[in-house]
Amino acid sequence: MKQPILELKNIVKEFYGNRALSNVSLTLMPGSVHAIVGENGAGKSTFIKILTGAYSKTSGDIYVGGELINQMDPLMSKKLGIHCIYQELNVANDLTVAENVFLGIQPVKRFGLIHWKKMNQDAKVIFDSLQIRIDPKQLVRHVSIAQKQMIEIARAISQQAKVLIMDEPTSSLSDREIEILLRLIGELKQQGIGILYISHRMDEIFRIADTVTVLRDGQHIKTMPLKEVSGVDELVELMANRKVADYFNKVEVPIGKPVLKVEGLSKSNMFHNIGFELREGEIVGIAGLVGSGRTEIAMTLFGMLKKDSGTISIDGRPVDIRSPRDAIKLGIGFVTENRKETGLALKMSVRENMTLPTLKQFDKMLWVDRKKESKAAEEYRTRLNIKTTSLEQQISKLSGGNQQKAIIARWMIQGTRILILDEPCRGVDVRAKAEIFAQISKLAQQGITVLMISSEIQEIVGMSDRVIVMKEGHMAGMLEKPMITPDHILKLAFGGANSA
Amino acid sequence: MLKANAILQPEQAKWKQLAYFLFNKGSTTIGLILLFVIMSFASSDFLTIDNLLNVFRQSAVLCIMAVAMTFIIISGGIDLSAGSQIAVSGVIAAGLIAAGVPVPLAILITIVVGAAIGLFVGTVISTQKIPPFIVTLAMLTILSGIAFVYTEGNPIPINDAFFRSLGRGYLGPIPVPIIIMIAVAIVGHLLLTHTRFGRAIYAIGGNEEAARLCGIRVNWVKTGIYVFGSMVMSIAGILLASRLSTGSPNAGTGSELDAIAAVVLGGTNLFGGEGKIVGTLMGVAIISILNNGLNLLNVPSYHQLMIKGIVILAAVWFNSMKSRRASAA
Repeated sequence: MKQPILELKNIVKEFYGNRALSNVSLTLMPGSVHAIVGENGAGKSTFIKILTGAYSKTSGDIYVGGELINQMDPLMSKKLGIHCIYQELNVANDLTVAENVFLGIQPVKRFGLIHWKKMNQDAKVIFDSLQIRIDPKQLVRHVSIAQKQMIEIARAISQQAKVLIMDEPTSSLSDREIEILLRLIGELKQQGIGILYISHRMDEIFRIADTVTVLRDGQHIKTMPLKEVSGVDELVELMANRKVADYFNKVEVPIGKPVLKVEGLSKSNMFHNIGFELREGEIVGIAGLVGSGRTEIAMTLFGMLKKDSGTISIDGRPVDIRSPRDAIKLGIGFVTENRKETGLALKMSVRENMTLPTLKQFDKMLWVDRKKESKAAEEYRTRLNIKTTSLEQQISKLSGGNQQKAIIARWMIQGTRILILDEPCRGVDVRAKAEIFAQISKLAQQGITVLMISSEIQEIVGMSDRVIVMKEGHMAGMLEKPMITPDHILKLAFGGANSA
Repeated sequence: MLKANAILQPEQAKWKQLAYFLFNKGSTTIGLILLFVIMSFASSDFLTIDNLLNVFRQSAVLCIMAVAMTFIIISGGIDLSAGSQIAVSGVIAAGLIAAGVPVPLAILITIVVGAAIGLFVGTVISTQKIPPFIVTLAMLTILSGIAFVYTEGNPIPINDAFFRSLGRGYLGPIPVPIIIMIAVAIVGHLLLTHTRFGRAIYAIGGNEEAARLCGIRVNWVKTGIYVFGSMVMSIAGILLASRLSTGSPNAGTGSELDAIAAVVLGGTNLFGGEGKIVGTLMGVAIISILNNGLNLLNVPSYHQLMIKGIVILAAVWFNSMKSRRASAA
């Protein structure tokens, strides 16, 4: 029996007392592909980061080639032959292919001059061994994404990689390129390299993996040889069976008349032929994997992206939304997924952030009526229970949850009719989560239409009256009340067998 | 979690809080007071009404420029062409008056030309997405060239008594330029703090994308800032021409750097998003008192340059340390 190249035993990772990973064990044999699956937030990234030394484990043992490694750090990880190909490729566009392969370890002649000839030859040898055709002298700027990925793989090989971690390697590749990559993985297996393969795409996993490990909520659910897995459904069920948190305060409200209608909405490379209708008092969830086109639809509705085709109507009238300003005038509000980058002016006060889109309401002649403005801000601070020493406090000093509440308050003051929320509870603690969901429920009670994007399936299930499930830019399905279960959503999102 | 605790702890020592406040909010104030006290002791001529009025009168042009610069820097921009705008508006006003145009009309035309310059700069910056640094750097030479071409390199003398009184006259005991300076500062302060335009400037400087997503017409506001800024710059140019009784293509050269220094000394964030006119006024006072004091102490002018540079560097270092602390807190 061969010796495993990598063995992890009972790995635990805690962040300030919160367990991100508990007791995850894994054994990787040379020349095999071990897939790791789980939904967003299951702990896959944390797991990778522990292997690459970006995070240090809280407890547990890591063995590389049978040797116990006490202190893993990025340098040590590389030295031991653990390499990771991330989703975001790490290449220098203005250097040649060969230079990228040997980045930082270029062969040199006397006086420290780069030995170009040797470098190009060595690169060619590696590419040949992998049966890849690519010119080492070409500028990386001119090669495709798939080829950039291969450069990274070649770089790992040139550094005697023993373990190759691939994080969603096919997410930005075309079908043909995926074929080439999968063949390449076969080649790497031949060379005795162990591969940890993380992917959301079940079909790939069934094609190339020898073993699969399922993670859920940081727990190690099961590891089994792929031969013993009955099908996609079995894996999805293992991934989905999560306990329901009880912080959703969903109140059933009568659904009113249609407000917003989207027909045949398309944007090339992002989403295709999207159609749905939103009604008063309704909370509609958008589920799907990151990159499935969820956020792009929201951005289009809010005038941040230009649609290629399709119509958007409000109250039965087609509307032309060219900018966020147009959208706001039509009564649409948008809470973006990234508070700090696109939501807040961090140096401004809580009050100023709350009234940013609404200042016109407080105009008195030429001036802003501060009194009126403060009164409105104060009212919503109380209603949303925003914890701040004062409304004049810089908003950067508030916790994530309270910042988020201030942004929601912003659109409540504005009198928004259709509120789009993109990951409303990202980076928010449980208590604030409950308060935010209670507010969302209240908004619906007041007849406001809510469109909520979330990667947390439980949030979608707990809050939605209807759910749109996206998969690779298409609507994989629309689920109505009794059918809204994690199981159904995941099956649609992952493209499993029976769609609901 | 940790952050919240640090802020809410009431038992933190009083002196620590005081030190924190002085360091973060009051550093410019303290610097100014310190400078004032030192100068009062160092030179017996410093603390006289005549000298202080003189300091103020001489600082009027810089102060008006710095007010305009404050708007631009808060929005996340910069105007390196301010000095050249001073020259251009000075020679235009002088040229028009020399050609017999009535003074009020000449002033009006000069300010309109300033607005046109600002409109051009603002439009290029906002619609073509070229960094303000580059656009205004180009404008610095273009405008300077225009001033030289217009005058053929020779200063244009101004003899009109009313025009000269703007920079040299008195209204009662108070010099006219000081009145104009105060008026510009008050208007600037009110615009920044009490209008939607002002709020939009802070929002754009703080987070342009967030401002856009809140429905603020970012391009309009940005253009507006440069139009306002250039109009104010041309007022400064008119004032300088009046004080010198000439429209000179050399006037104002390099003064944009003094204006930027004053704004930064006043605590305005060079990356945009925060700043106050009051701070800028203090920054102007520091630079002016420093100039005046060093003159009174007979420090050779070459040495003055070095001392001024060191003061500015120290202030910027302070500013950046402040923002680093803020982001670490």
